[in-house]
Amino acid sequence: MTLDTSAPATAPPARPQRRARRQDTGGASTGERTLGVFTHGFLVVWAILVAVPLLWAVLTALKTDNEIFTSPWSLPAHWQFGNFARAWTTANIGTYFVNSLIVVSVSVVLVMLLGSMVAYVLARYEFPGRGIIYYGFIAGMTFPIFLALVPLFFVVQNLGMLGTYHGLILVYTAYALPFTVFFLTGFFRTLPSALAEAAMLDGCSHAGVFFRIMLPLARPGLISVGIFNFLGLWNQYLLPLVLMPDSDHYVLSQGLAVLAANQGYRSDWSALFAGLVIALLPVLAVYVVFQRRIQEGLSVGAIK
Amino acid sequence: MRHGKYRFIASFLAIPLVLYVVFVVSPYAQAFYISMTDWRGFSGQQNFIGLRNYVDLASDSRFWQAMGHNGLLILVVPLVTIAFALFLAAVTTVAGRQGAVGRGGVRGSRFYQVIFFFPQVVPVVIAGVLFGFFFNPDAGLLNGVLRVVGLGWLARPWLGDPALALPSVMAVLIWGAVGFYYVLFSSAMKSVPPDVFEAAVLDGAGRLRTFWSITLPMIWDSVQVSYIYLGIMVLDGFALLQVMLPVPGGGPDGSTVVVSQYLYETAFTGGRFGYASAIGVALCLVTLLLAVAVMRLTRRQQTEY
Repeated sequence: MTLDTSAPATAPPARPQRRARRQDTGGASTGERTLGVFTHGFLVVWAILVAVPLLWAVLTALKTDNEIFTSPWSLPAHWQFGNFARAWTTANIGTYFVNSLIVVSVSVVLVMLLGSMVAYVLARYEFPGRGIIYYGFIAGMTFPIFLALVPLFFVVQNLGMLGTYHGLILVYTAYALPFTVFFLTGFFRTLPSALAEAAMLDGCSHAGVFFRIMLPLARPGLISVGIFNFLGLWNQYLLPLVLMPDSDHYVLSQGLAVLAANQGYRSDWSALFAGLVIALLPVLAVYVVFQRRIQEGLSVGAIK
Repeated sequence: MRHGKYRFIASFLAIPLVLYVVFVVSPYAQAFYISMTDWRGFSGQQNFIGLRNYVDLASDSRFWQAMGHNGLLILVVPLVTIAFALFLAAVTTVAGRQGAVGRGGVRGSRFYQVIFFFPQVVPVVIAGVLFGFFFNPDAGLLNGVLRVVGLGWLARPWLGDPALALPSVMAVLIWGAVGFYYVLFSSAMKSVPPDVFEAAVLDGAGRLRTFWSITLPMIWDSVQVSYIYLGIMVLDGFALLQVMLPVPGGGPDGSTVVVSQYLYETAFTGGRFGYASAIGVALCLVTLLLAVAVMRLTRRQQTEY
């Protein structure tokens, strides 16, 4: 509605400008224009290259096994929604999905709480050892997890947490802390301190200021980091591979990998692809809802 | 008041720090020590042997084979990814001449961003399973399409051929990464002040000239950082390779084995924990060297704007 009313008002002054521009591109020769078509062509080609494998996976998930092998590129004759039910129950994708959901969601909540506590203290208080703690967390972002893998396995085993939800949750939380602390420390520094000081004068405790004032203020930052942690931990394969040897507790990525490796013997490819689609759905949902924030946040994180 | 402050700080830091030290710091620290022991199997027997694991590593042909694959990946994947991403970003943000002089972008660039970026959030395991089947000789999409368009003679067992397996994996890595760097470079290019481009256009610079002399130097920092990020990503590469080529030992004839796979195999199949940790330390050193080398080699005059 607002667009409709504003359009006539701006249209007249815009017209001469547009004509001038058209002359400009005309003056820039047909070579320029064919170049434009050419470059646009590249964009379309890359978009197709990106989208086609994913769409093909969705189509494959809706075919019969026979169709998958006889006509890999055609549409399914009958949409086989039963593949999804079979993947969920027979192929155990349902169990793995729930396992992933439990481990990832608890880890994300935990790392957001602990990470924001650390970040707040690092950003807002002067105390001896602050620099060491901050750079200690930063260093954790630069080392490859592979270096820690062997000792980590024995640490978790010695604590009796091998193959347990809480073991994996604590490890996920610990490994997600560096990025969370790094990002949120920067974020807390940008928040105005006047509100916090006013609350302190009114007799609010340090912890009260944090939970009642600073945490709600930091919501945009918390949401961004929460999304990255969710995507990152949902993606995690190496840590559960080493720390979750028990097949009842497999997370989704592990379960899918095992399922894929076993298809050679059991050959239920359609259920495997249905499983892939199921595993992709939460990621797709998060991406569709938050894609602008994800793109901005990730690029900012990478530049810094 | 002061007392309250320190008590508050301690109470907020205690739990996260304990978690971090137990699960992150201590394993990293132990890794360096374990790499200097002969620890094998699940027996507790570990003797300090100094640098012997590293000496053995230097003459371990499989380690060097894996290192070679990592080297190839580090050379090819970041270069191709950055080239593609720069090209696409330049096309959508800078090169389009409609709108402001020299800028404005191609119509629908927002739409392309959404599509291009998506592979970045696709879990690696899903991409691995998907592309493992995409390259399948009989039922894979690639050979299927090749046969349909009359290029059936090009169809081959991509992942089963030692010469093609690694390039196929590289293609998937590039597929997954281009979108992210495309978005990164796009936003870097948008933050370059427009008058710089206007000046270049007034001076009669063409598209290519503008790109080489203006755009690229202006966003050089982002390109540098990207190379390091991509290098680190490729150095790992474990999940994708392990899932795409579930052949024990890293693809046909070990043609795709990378260091991280060799480490995993040495530790959790062979039980040689000391040796595996030495591999881990070597991998870590290579990562650091890579970062330093990239920073050194690509250092250019800082462009202030």
